[in-house]
Amino acid sequence: MTHVLEARDLVKTYDVDGVGTPALRGVSLTIDQGEFVAVMGPSGCGKSTLLNLLAGFDRPTGGEVWLDGERIDGWSEARLARMRRGKVGFVFQFFNLVPTLTVGENVELPLRLVGRRRAAARRVCGELLGDLGLPGKRDTAPYLLSGGEQQRVALARALANDPAIVLADEPTGNLDSSAAREVLVLLRRARDRGQTLFVVTHDARVAAAADRVLSMRDGMLVDEADLEVGVGRLPGSGGQR
Amino acid sequence: MLAGPGAYGYELKQSLEHEFADVLPALNRGQIYMTLGRLERDGLVTAEAVAGDSRGKRVYQLTESGRTELTDWIGRPIPAERFKDQFFMKFVVVAAAGLATPRRLIGLQRREYLRTLRELDTRLDAGDQTLASELLVEGAVLHLKADLEWLDLIEQRMEDQGAYA
Repeated sequence: MTHVLEARDLVKTYDVDGVGTPALRGVSLTIDQGEFVAVMGPSGCGKSTLLNLLAGFDRPTGGEVWLDGERIDGWSEARLARMRRGKVGFVFQFFNLVPTLTVGENVELPLRLVGRRRAAARRVCGELLGDLGLPGKRDTAPYLLSGGEQQRVALARALANDPAIVLADEPTGNLDSSAAREVLVLLRRARDRGQTLFVVTHDARVAAAADRVLSMRDGMLVDEADLEVGVGRLPGSGGQR
Repeated sequence: MLAGPGAYGYELKQSLEHEFADVLPALNRGQIYMTLGRLERDGLVTAEAVAGDSRGKRVYQLTESGRTELTDWIGRPIPAERFKDQFFMKFVVVAAAGLATPRRLIGLQRREYLRTLRELDTRLDAGDQTLASELLVEGAVLHLKADLEWLDLIEQRMEDQGAYA
């Protein structure tokens, strides 16, 4: 079976004043369709570097990245950007909404970028904002929303193109605990609807919501905890007789 | 609860269960009556038989010294527990005896904490608890987060010392 995302022996070394400093020291992982995988680890362990390599924001020093059946680590910037628009949704710690656009325009942006018509984009946007508890916020400016609401808009935007995978970097890192919980509930709901998710976090609560938790230390994966054992999984995702 | 005009053991059990309904397992009657018995023995409560009740139902009430003890207890903070941790005791003795690697023990424990955390969060999502129950669960979540951080710290520190296998 093809994995949605796969890393093979990823190595990343940064050049700091002429000295090679390893950030990733051989990381391999696979993420299957419909899985919610979290990576935990202290700051500086390499988890953000890993996310950047998987998203094609940065190139590995060694190893391979496969996304949706294609090896992407050698692709040009333009090709990567095209691929990301259609296949990857992003959620960042600081929301990264476009401040000069309304909430609705932010969510519609990825749809318009892949050439969807305005009416179709508006419809999808309306559904997503309703789903994520933000109906009636379409014409609001992002800065008028609370942090939790902004992150929900970011999640709506990430889900807009029905991407193969959503990559999230500390999605609750800048939220108070009740806003963090709302975002967490929505992540889990997206997963229950079959969305594949890969989340980098140091929030144990976010990690605990995942199917699988990878622990990272000093540029390596040191532990992998499967939290779904004994819990009903979708047919086809393993565990059939 | 005993500070009022007096209560039956059964009433005490019910009001405790009401507060923590969805979180704590149902109290067993023995626990309640054993505790009341001990308080009676120490002269902190009196137990009056109810006239004409064939089942031997009794009303419990605080005595004067019971009231003093209650006031003292209210004025005393609950001591913070510091060094009691079953996992860590197990970790140290098992690893010292070479019966399992630190990595395996920490891995096992991390799964347990993460699964429990997940279960608690699912419970909070249901949102049907009393405030007391909800706050008890939130407290457990915070303790679990600290426990998970502790596992990371143990791992990191042992690795630095070259003792992590």
